Amino acid sequence: IKEEKQRLRKEKKQQKKNKEKKDEKASHESEKKKNKEEKPVSAAAPASQPPTQPSTQKAVPAPAPVPVPVSETPALADKPAKTKADLKAERRARQEAERASKQAATSKPKAPPNELQPVVKRLPEHVQVDNPGVLKKLAKKLERQQIPLRLDYGYKVSLFSHLHQYSRKAPLTQQLSIPSTVIHPAIVRLGLQYSQGIVAGSNARSVALLHAFKQVIRDYTTPPNEELSRDLVNKLKPYISFLSQCRPLSASMGNAIKYIKKEISNIPSQCKEEEAKRKLLSCIDCYIDEKIILAAKAIAKSSIEKISNGDVILVYGCSSLVNHILCEAFEKNIKFRVIVVDSRPRLEGREALRRLVQRGISCTYVLISAVSYILPEVSKVFLGAHALLANGYVMSRVGTSQIALVAKAFNVPVLVCCETYKFCERVQTDSFVSNELDDPDDLIVTRKGKTQLEHWQDVPSLGLLNLVYDVTPPDFVDLVITDLGMIPCTSVPVVLRVKNVDQ
Amino acid sequence: MELQAVLMAAGGGSRMTDLTYNTPKPMLPVGNKPLMWYPLNLLERVGFEEVIVITTKEVQKMMATDPKMKIDVKMKLDVVCIQEDGDMGTADALRHIQQKIKTDVLVVSCDLITDVALHEVVDLFRAHNATLAMLMSNAHEFTETVPGQKGKKKTAEQRDFVGVDQSGKRLLFMANEADLEDGLSIRKSIMRKHPRMHIKTGLVDAHLYCLKKAVVDFLADNKSISSIRGELVPYLVRKQFSKTTNSPKIKDDAENQNQKTNDNFTYSNQRDNTILQPQQYEPLLQLAQERSCWNDHRGDMSEAYHGGKLRCYVHIIDQGLCCRVNTLAAYIEANRLAPKLFEEPAVHPSAVISERCQMGSDSIIGALCQVADKTSIKRSTLGNSTTVKEKVKVTNSIIMHGVTIEEGCNIQGSVICSNAVIGRGADLKYCLVGNGQRIEPEGEVHSHKHTK
Repeated sequence: IKEEKQRLRKEKKQQKKNKEKKDEKASHESEKKKNKEEKPVSAAAPASQPPTQPSTQKAVPAPAPVPVPVSETPALADKPAKTKADLKAERRARQEAERASKQAATSKPKAPPNELQPVVKRLPEHVQVDNPGVLKKLAKKLERQQIPLRLDYGYKVSLFSHLHQYSRKAPLTQQLSIPSTVIHPAIVRLGLQYSQGIVAGSNARSVALLHAFKQVIRDYTTPPNEELSRDLVNKLKPYISFLSQCRPLSASMGNAIKYIKKEISNIPSQCKEEEAKRKLLSCIDCYIDEKIILAAKAIAKSSIEKISNGDVILVYGCSSLVNHILCEAFEKNIKFRVIVVDSRPRLEGREALRRLVQRGISCTYVLISAVSYILPEVSKVFLGAHALLANGYVMSRVGTSQIALVAKAFNVPVLVCCETYKFCERVQTDSFVSNELDDPDDLIVTRKGKTQLEHWQDVPSLGLLNLVYDVTPPDFVDLVITDLGMIPCTSVPVVLRVKNVDQ
Repeated sequence: MELQAVLMAAGGGSRMTDLTYNTPKPMLPVGNKPLMWYPLNLLERVGFEEVIVITTKEVQKMMATDPKMKIDVKMKLDVVCIQEDGDMGTADALRHIQQKIKTDVLVVSCDLITDVALHEVVDLFRAHNATLAMLMSNAHEFTETVPGQKGKKKTAEQRDFVGVDQSGKRLLFMANEADLEDGLSIRKSIMRKHPRMHIKTGLVDAHLYCLKKAVVDFLADNKSISSIRGELVPYLVRKQFSKTTNSPKIKDDAENQNQKTNDNFTYSNQRDNTILQPQQYEPLLQLAQERSCWNDHRGDMSEAYHGGKLRCYVHIIDQGLCCRVNTLAAYIEANRLAPKLFEEPAVHPSAVISERCQMGSDSIIGALCQVADKTSIKRSTLGNSTTVKEKVKVTNSIIMHGVTIEEGCNIQGSVICSNAVIGRGADLKYCLVGNGQRIEPEGEVHSHKHTK
């Protein structure tokens, strides 16, 4: 009887194994499918997802499967007519073929344990800095791409210890070779400009990024036996890692990168290199023209309807779009005056002030601590946005939510101006989970010859926090002016859905 | 490719003829390595794989035979030879190789010994899209007594006036005392744009320049500029603030301009706008700068960089080694400091040193040396294949290759060039002995240059 029991147990084990294999295959497929569905709707860190996908699939010891799923995604996006069941069947057949060939090659099919993952959206690595496992993965990825790892600097406030904090005095170029060979010089220049703050502001960063990509594409030559559509995308990946090490990518940059990658993958394989490059360059120009320049014009046109004579408009920080709107309104001879609110340590309001005063607009300048004193005078608040999140929250420079809050308390309408390319599928309800920590030494200031915070690192209980972004709930925002028209904050998911269908 | 390195090794060493009349300056031994090895090593460490070396045939021959150059330098050296007697300035040399220059250049002089982090200079060049980025150092006085000089005489070298802005990075003004006849004048336009200017005089120019390719093309069209440091750099610094209109008249510069070059300058002014500022019409770059909320200055109404497309930057180092070996004093100083840069053993393994020799830890002994008993070698450098007999005391001196020092000599603070022979019992203090010279036995030489 004992032997029977043993035999039964063995059979059960075998059955379980077979079932596991089947399950794993099914979950692998469904995960793949989910990932593919996720891909066009992916999170704000598209750079981290694609590298982790091929890394899990690299565990399968056959090089063939890797390029197939990557190139399948654009195919999927291109032909929505094919039903999901057809695709599933196709994929299963292909997998069976691969598995058969693999079995012929190796003695036993390897079942990589990390394929069995719960099908949940993975957190981007840049908000998991306090997790050593994630850091190790990042280090390995960077090593593979031959990009130096930038080390965090200084003590991080515990609430934000899951974010990166870099020092501006330790640029990434320290660890690169001087005639930079691994990374295209235009990208090195761009990374430097990002980390030193020479190119700052969502629009400027995207435009500069696309400009650098144009240079990369111009200098690119397809290696033999490679296809431009796949190889160029792979070439761009280390550049994107490098840029995100210099300064975390913004949502607008993420969307621009997604657009470019899609355009590159859509290049047909029979297209000649020169023609392909020309097409890509014109795509980029087209994107900038449409999404940034024309969008700014359209938003200005809509916003001017909202500005009337005698208005007192409050703006915060330096938003290129809001400045553009105000200058356009001034050209149309509307009589209004502007109050520029500024905050330390960036003091970007000074630049906004300069641009407005140069045009002849009469301005008042206050610091954010005076905003409740000055709000009784204000008739409207115009705010720029870094990104608009899928649940209607506005992500913008730190301090914006304060202004929106106080404006709400004073019953002053708050209008947010944002182009649609800054809309992002992320959902956030607080400013803690995903943010950016700037150099803490920026907070050190010398007044009357004394620098009080000079040795802040020696004081064990002192931490300097220099946040860059914060999130404003949609209840404080009355209207969002986009190039698609004037929408309430809660309609952002609709716009996103419409955009995805278009794409 | 981002940057091409060019090493200028054709200079004659005009300020140290006692050392260079036999050995060309790039091959003078410093810490038992040829002088040009140091900038080449700097370039190699930073990541360069190729260097264009502009030098003379003589140096090229010596380079081929020198063991250090053959073994230690792993980069590919593209040697371009020019005439030794020709009056070729550094800018002329750059013009000569214009065809080889495909991208921005990093020009280094062969007599630079430094451990600066080169990325500081290059980052300025990259980040601000500068036309020129250079390196300067806060010089310190040489404390060693220079052989051949009676007493510590401070040479009245002509000072360089360097004006930088508040951040200490942007070059606003550069002139040599020789060019300023009536005193230093600064144009009002510069003062209006940069109200706070720091003028420094004690800086040492490291002769390390990052130049845009457009500058090399500009040089090709303007054949009157022959020296990078003397003419090109001050010209570029001035050009930052000149009006971009095609005005044939040169503005109120205080510098002395040769009459014959005036015409060429006017000619170049008219074509400058296209040559020196090639990227001004990049619309995307323009757009990005417009939309960016950054400005390099504040207080006036102008945009970043005051709208100027030509920008010159300088990186000034306060600490660390940065030494240009162009005078005898500098040579001696370099010999003392340079070995600290590297972790090579002070005593070459092939040297034969007897046990009864007192050798300080800061002395360097070259290959195949023979040091006999009862000698004392302190703070000195011994070149390759040097023979030191018994009872010799060598302090604070530089002995080059192939020297023979007979018994009982006392050498202090001196420089003995290659293949010299110091007779028995000679007493040399603060002397310079030229190549192949002989000092008679029992000779007593103080503060004298014993050359041919």
